[in-house]
Amino acid sequence: MRIKLERRPTPSRMMLIVTPIASVLATMLIGMLVFDLMGIDGARAVKDIFLSPLLLSYKWQDVALKAAPLIIIALGLAVGNRAQVWNIGAEGQYVVGALAAAGVGIAAGTAGGFFIVLAMVLTGVVFGALYALIPAILKTRWNVNEILSSLMLTYISLQILSYLVGGPWKDPNGRNFPATAPLTDSQSLPLLFTGSTVHLGVVIALIMPFVFWLMMSRSVFGYQVRVVGSAPQAARHGGFDAKQTIWIAMLIGGGMAGLAGALEFTGASHAINLGFPSGYGFTAIIVAFLGRLNPIGCLIAGIVLAVTYVGGQVAQTTVHIPNATAGIFQAMMLFFILGSEILVRYRPRIVTTAKPAVAGE
Amino acid sequence: MTPEFIVLVITGIVGLTTPILLAGLGELVVEKSGVLNLGVEGMMLMGALAGFGVTVMTFNPWLGLISAACAGAVLALLFGVMVLSLNSNQVATGLALTIFGIGVSSLIGSKMFQGRITPVFGSVFPNSLAKDPILQVFFGYSPIVYFALIMVPLVAWFLKSTRAGLILRAVGENDHSAHSIGYSVIGVRYAAIAFGGAMAGIGGAYFTMVITPMWSNELTAGRGWLALSLVVFAGWRTWRLLAGAFFFGILMSLELYAKGAGFSFVPSQFWAAMPFLMTVVALTFISSRGNVGASAPACLGKPFLP
Repeated sequence: MRIKLERRPTPSRMMLIVTPIASVLATMLIGMLVFDLMGIDGARAVKDIFLSPLLLSYKWQDVALKAAPLIIIALGLAVGNRAQVWNIGAEGQYVVGALAAAGVGIAAGTAGGFFIVLAMVLTGVVFGALYALIPAILKTRWNVNEILSSLMLTYISLQILSYLVGGPWKDPNGRNFPATAPLTDSQSLPLLFTGSTVHLGVVIALIMPFVFWLMMSRSVFGYQVRVVGSAPQAARHGGFDAKQTIWIAMLIGGGMAGLAGALEFTGASHAINLGFPSGYGFTAIIVAFLGRLNPIGCLIAGIVLAVTYVGGQVAQTTVHIPNATAGIFQAMMLFFILGSEILVRYRPRIVTTAKPAVAGE
Repeated sequence: MTPEFIVLVITGIVGLTTPILLAGLGELVVEKSGVLNLGVEGMMLMGALAGFGVTVMTFNPWLGLISAACAGAVLALLFGVMVLSLNSNQVATGLALTIFGIGVSSLIGSKMFQGRITPVFGSVFPNSLAKDPILQVFFGYSPIVYFALIMVPLVAWFLKSTRAGLILRAVGENDHSAHSIGYSVIGVRYAAIAFGGAMAGIGGAYFTMVITPMWSNELTAGRGWLALSLVVFAGWRTWRLLAGAFFFGILMSLELYAKGAGFSFVPSQFWAAMPFLMTVVALTFISSRGNVGASAPACLGKPFLP
């Protein structure tokens, strides 16, 4: 008896939806078993990480704040991944976006208000996109692998951040701590409700998936991205320019990461210190895949991953597991989702009797 | 510049070169078989953890070294199951492996080995040679360094002159042809992936067993990615990989010596960013010369469906 895989004539829609959910459930189950083996209360840990942020209403705004950058970055990355463009330097573009916003804020001095904040956010978008344009140019002009170049640029951006917040942009009243001066209220994103920490960026993160859904399913560009990614030969015959697709995919990915960075800075952190790059750019890659590269999927997956972040902090205090644990759960989810992708395109069949060999096999 | 200072600089460069040379050699063999494993950073961290942890617990660095190789190989085989048996996307799976390796090594490392130290796994030569101000340039290194240097001609010889190496390259250049004349594409790739993981694991162990014999999370700080760039930089050739590793080693050592050499007006972050900046420049230079860049294995990163 053995398992045989049969190619499905069309990708299974059911499996497209079932496998991400099953991946999350499998991650919870395996996590529980592994924690028990390590001598940690597994059921408690998994409950704290996956459920407590949803059950405790005062944790909801934390989830929303963490989900916003993840969703925004993942939307951009999903476009690239669909076109087989591998921008894994979103973390760097996120940092550059935030730094650009901070630069505008500092240049504006004490000025503030709607247009200054708008300028800060838009500059963040532009600089994030420009930073992603470097690997795009290197790729299309000199055939440089964009995975490596975009990642190298992330490490470079971290040094730029370290230099700026420790040098020219250091807060003079900050007790020599490497960080920018905290933003004034007039340079910050408005909050949705007084007394909460939820800012306008969360609303943007809720609207963007629908904008991207329209773009990907209704526009020529969306069609172009899908064709270039799934059938490069056909795309060439159809007159779609692969180089142009790479450029646009990278610009969108970088612009969205820059937007997320600028929103995080102006809305949530209000200052940039060495801890500002917290790995959203990398986690967003998981979000994009867990969301099956679908904009609405990214929205849901972003919330799921945000839950694990917030839950990881809860579990840190309740069952005393380090923060890194959330990362393990996130990676496990990605493993399951990638490993189960085969079920979307293939149908497993258990073959019990030995069939005669078919000629040509 | 005294000879002693030059010796100091050279030993420093060798130390920075060794981990990326080891991981790069492993990844070279993996890529030659047609597989792109982006999980080098994660495998290095698991090796760093296993090497350090076992050394701390058994007081035997040789056992630590073997454990590091095994830990890297085990993590690599997880990658192998995913991309070879389940046909998952190699880029995304490699990234997942790195995230997983960072998470697991941080969890176990900070829970079990934070604050522990071991003696440096240094030279096994007598002190009259290993500590000599001049002769230490030959004898003052950890056994891991000599292992890395021996592996260069061995890998070159294996790929170029052995039957197994020829099969491995055939699998990487044309998997369907190799399959149709009866070679196990999947089997060869599993073996290559395991070897790559073991080498990355030993490379990672160099950090925790030789450079700073203690645990800190994410201590490899991007060297796994430098090792990946190194393979492209070397144009998938073994001896050029050695030269490239030393080139990167020299770049990384600049950060240590720049201040002393009167470059203190340049911010230290510039020197820290230098290896990554130069990697981009070097990749551009190498990739733009089509004839060299073209030596990437033809099946690199593509799934194999018989």
